[in-house]
Amino acid sequence: MSKISEHSLFQLTLMRMREFIREPEALFWALIFPIALAAGLGIAFRNQPPQVLTIAAVTPRLADALRQEKLLAVMQLPPVVAEQSLRTGKVVLLAEPAPDGSVVYRYDDTNPEGRQARMLADQAIQRASGRQDPVTGSDKIMREPGSRYIDFLIPGLIGMGIMGNAVWGLGFAIVDARRKKLLKRIIATPMPKHYYLLSFLFWRLLLLVVEVGVPLAFGALVFGVPLRGSALALVAISILGALAFSALGLLVASRVKTIEAISGLANATMVPMWIVSGVFFSSQRFPDSVQPLIKALPLTAVIDALRANMLQGAGFAQMAPQAAVLGAWMVVCFGLALKLFRWR
Amino acid sequence: MQEQATKAALRVRTLRKTYKDVVAVDGIDLQVHAGECFGLLGPNGAGKTTTIEICEGLTEPDSGEVELLGLHWNADSEALRQRLGIQLQETQLSDKLTVLETLQLFRSFFRQGPGAEEAIQKVQLEEKREARVGNLSGGQKQRLALACALVGDPDLLFLDEPTTGLDPQARRQLWDLIDEFKLAGRTILLTTHYMEEAEVLCDRVAIMDHGKVISQGTPRELIASIGVEHVVEFSAGNTTLDLAGISRMPGVRDVRSENGSVSMQVTELHRAVPALLAELGRQGVPLTELRTHSATLEDVFVHLTGRHLRDE
Repeated sequence: MSKISEHSLFQLTLMRMREFIREPEALFWALIFPIALAAGLGIAFRNQPPQVLTIAAVTPRLADALRQEKLLAVMQLPPVVAEQSLRTGKVVLLAEPAPDGSVVYRYDDTNPEGRQARMLADQAIQRASGRQDPVTGSDKIMREPGSRYIDFLIPGLIGMGIMGNAVWGLGFAIVDARRKKLLKRIIATPMPKHYYLLSFLFWRLLLLVVEVGVPLAFGALVFGVPLRGSALALVAISILGALAFSALGLLVASRVKTIEAISGLANATMVPMWIVSGVFFSSQRFPDSVQPLIKALPLTAVIDALRANMLQGAGFAQMAPQAAVLGAWMVVCFGLALKLFRWR
Repeated sequence: MQEQATKAALRVRTLRKTYKDVVAVDGIDLQVHAGECFGLLGPNGAGKTTTIEICEGLTEPDSGEVELLGLHWNADSEALRQRLGIQLQETQLSDKLTVLETLQLFRSFFRQGPGAEEAIQKVQLEEKREARVGNLSGGQKQRLALACALVGDPDLLFLDEPTTGLDPQARRQLWDLIDEFKLAGRTILLTTHYMEEAEVLCDRVAIMDHGKVISQGTPRELIASIGVEHVVEFSAGNTTLDLAGISRMPGVRDVRSENGSVSMQVTELHRAVPALLAELGRQGVPLTELRTHSATLEDVFVHLTGRHLRDE
């Protein structure tokens, strides 16, 4: 019995792993689905490059003057063709010289692009004609990773994954074993009872590496999602989250005897959090009066802490409030679960 | 062996267990000797499973005493768990694991005992060692459950309805296996509602009904106790019979009529059958069916309760 492979905890954890990897659906929902979701949403909500407006000019002089403006793509066209292009929407504005030396802009003033082109074009013409601006303004572009939707989404999906996998993983496995009387069979052996629960924890922590690591790596490599905070703090908050949600899963599964009941109960526990805890959109959108309640939810705590860590570089100190929320959930749920748990 | 035979492996005294307002076990006493196979025989709902689960330390009795291998659940549960082999009724092992993996898991719970491979050999599942539990037949699953009960090299083996739901061939195969363990000197307590199973496997039997032990002894003793050796069953079509006339025949103990079929317990077949034929001839009743068999535990149960074992 000295070999690790003959130890009950090793064998029990191995059973958890085998049951998981031999269930293709579980593999899909736990790992593939979050990545597919992140990829889909990341593409749908990607930030567009600054738009360049296409305009037409009928003389080389005008065209050269307008080309000074980088946000305009200028085509020099014969008048008839230029007018045709404007009418069919190929260009949003047409600049032509008037007999008196002024410039005429032809565009649709109900089209925002047309109005914007008018402003940019006029500015370019005036500057080319020697206008001096009394005050010089210079641009400093802020377009860094961290403020895009995908940056917001990845921590949300990671939090959702930690919760879903823990609650489903424990809930289903325990209720299924109770339903099959396997729980009762196992406690009829000399196995120390806490080994059974510990095996879930070990397996959860092993799986955590994948369920956090994969979306994190995917976000960082494919979308350049930043990881600004301390990696150690990120690992710590993920583990704390996994423990808190495992305790929640254990509590949810403590007495339930059918798969139908655990499905309902797990959904009733998790769906409200998917909505209010800021997975897909900021939880700040809910009224101020319910904010304290939302902040006290474990999913909000995990996601807020992950976002603060990844996007704002928060370390242990800044994540302390969320860690406290998770710790409280863990202790309360685990305590209740131990009181309520039935092996048969 | 000599000393073992006199030592009780399991002693149960005035055991009681009530669920809400149902008395599941109503003050029973049992004694199982070391090295014997003891059967709890009775219909579903007789209290067999509750009794065996109290003995297994899975259910707390309301009152009464259980002593196993000289130990008690409240003081020595850890030591007891190491020495008991348990097969529960209707346990489904994890479908996703293979036979070998399941046995390695169960083996890891015990300090000593045969290895997983050896247990597989014992229950003749070598061909299925890499098969998933979900793909096994009912009989193979029961054999695996038996192997799980054996990996701790138990001194006392509990088998709750080990062959329920199996086809006759699978049942016989399991009987052969249990018989081998008996020969190896193990003590076994099993429950069953198949009287044939109790007769084949058990050295001694306690017949249970409504939470009580209504009779106890070797199958031979129990059958002898009802004072009949044979049972004659016959049908007489739809004609009405004078049952009183038949009961008055010599050597007839008990006559029951059920759905047009009459069953009578007799001491001497060679006198009872001619007498029956003569009586039916006298009453002018046509005989459509006639069967005789030696008395069984089933007949003992019928004699004691007026019901059949499998009357639900």
